[in-house]
Amino acid sequence: MSEFTYLFRGRKTSGSPEEMQKHFEEWVAWFQQLGAAGRLKDPGHPLQNAGKVVSGGQKVVKDGPYAEAKDVVGGYIIVEADDLTQAVEFSKGCPILAVGGSVEVRPVQTR
Amino acid sequence: MELTEHLFRHEWGRMVGAVTRIFGVHNLALAEDVVQEAFCRATEVWPWRGVPENPSAWLMATAKNCALDVLRRERTARTFAPDLGRLLESEGALAPVIEEAFGPHAMQDDLLRMMFSCCHPHLAQEAQVALMLHILCGFSVAEIASALVSSHAAIEKRIARGKKTLARSRRLFDVTEPGEFSSRLPAVDTALYLLFNEGYHGANAAFAVRTELCREAMRLTAILLEHPLCATPRTYALAALMCLNAARLPGRIDASGNLSSLFDQDRSAWDRPLIGEGMSFLELSAQGSDAGEYHLEAAIASIHAAAHAIEDTDWAKVVSLYDSLMTMRPTPIIALNRAIAIAQRDGPDRGIEEIEAIADADRLTSYPFYWAALGEFELRRHRCGFAQEHFRAALTQARNDAERHFFSQRLQAAQTATRP
Repeated sequence: MSEFTYLFRGRKTSGSPEEMQKHFEEWVAWFQQLGAAGRLKDPGHPLQNAGKVVSGGQKVVKDGPYAEAKDVVGGYIIVEADDLTQAVEFSKGCPILAVGGSVEVRPVQTR
Repeated sequence: MELTEHLFRHEWGRMVGAVTRIFGVHNLALAEDVVQEAFCRATEVWPWRGVPENPSAWLMATAKNCALDVLRRERTARTFAPDLGRLLESEGALAPVIEEAFGPHAMQDDLLRMMFSCCHPHLAQEAQVALMLHILCGFSVAEIASALVSSHAAIEKRIARGKKTLARSRRLFDVTEPGEFSSRLPAVDTALYLLFNEGYHGANAAFAVRTELCREAMRLTAILLEHPLCATPRTYALAALMCLNAARLPGRIDASGNLSSLFDQDRSAWDRPLIGEGMSFLELSAQGSDAGEYHLEAAIASIHAAAHAIEDTDWAKVVSLYDSLMTMRPTPIIALNRAIAIAQRDGPDRGIEEIEAIADADRLTSYPFYWAALGEFELRRHRCGFAQEHFRAALTQARNDAERHFFSQRLQAAQTATRP
């Protein structure tokens, strides 16, 4: 069994209130499904959109990331799966995909 | 914690109302963006953190922060609410102004202010209803178009025009001015009445959608009644007619999901507590001397609601109420309903006479229940051939599958009755 970090990118910014509520409920259902299968190793955290980016030897501090909605990392979780293929399979249930977002699946280096 | 059904939609109106008061009505789109962002954040945070103990308060607080960000960022580039101009100019006053606008009392007023603003006299009634559904009830253009069985483009145009009219008015309706308040109240009542009727008599076949439209009208009417100036006999009568009619909605669908007419409904399915509520509103509406259209409609609904069987209905009373209603609003539909009541009281021959005497009856020929009423009367007179013809006409005018199914059943009944 290996661990995988899921990085969620993208935001559902449009939709009626009813659709927004439904989107939220889909997230809950997906998390519950992962949890019930014993695959949710670490529930991780949601991230705020605003922050700072520090870069270079000059340690330049900028407001950011201010990426486009589809590139913003909104949060992460850590999942347990047999291998990368299975981890990718699990990620396909993520509601972010239906709203044009993406899930980056990265094996955690444990050794 | 589970989220209450339609919570987002129900919070939408209050939140947009509060933000619009600060931003000014010409910035309505910006206010909608701020509220949308709050919902967006909820979908991003709650899956991890769980639904907060008080989700409404969380959404308000988030919208408040977003509004504050917008004000700080665009304070110099935009003009916001003219009457808050001075306050919004000074950075230090921003937070308290926002705090005040989001206070529970202010938000109730904001919703009311928005309701009255949507009923702007320059707007056609159908535009007022569409705006209410959009701004107060949080339905998208697509959802309104589907609920009202209208085209997306038509609703979009209606709402865009309505918003433009609102923006041009520069300021929201002033709810603290009693004179203006009372003079616009009838328009608000009418818009709510139309909204209710869209659900109750509208063309949408989906029972859930119809119920939802009725519920929205009742929710807004209840908010109206909380304000002392709105609690007039007329508005009480409106609330009464909504409750008393809506209480019978569950009976309209039988166990297999098919339409059921008032004559065959399972009356045990009617919502008794709602009937009780309607009766209390009806009592409250009786203060004062004026008995308007809503009073009469509510009284008719109360007779149906009180009858335990179709034959227990006081049809004489129903007829006399329709007589009075005809003097106030002589529409072909009311004339048709009156004819049906007369047929119940005096038999089908009289019913047909009354239908034939309806002025502008040609306006009813596209209304399927006009043909269905004629069909029922002929069936009772054992003139089954005529009955079949009428039910066939009803079928061709049916507006959805549920109606088509219902009329074809009636047609079958007429065909069965023909056979010796």
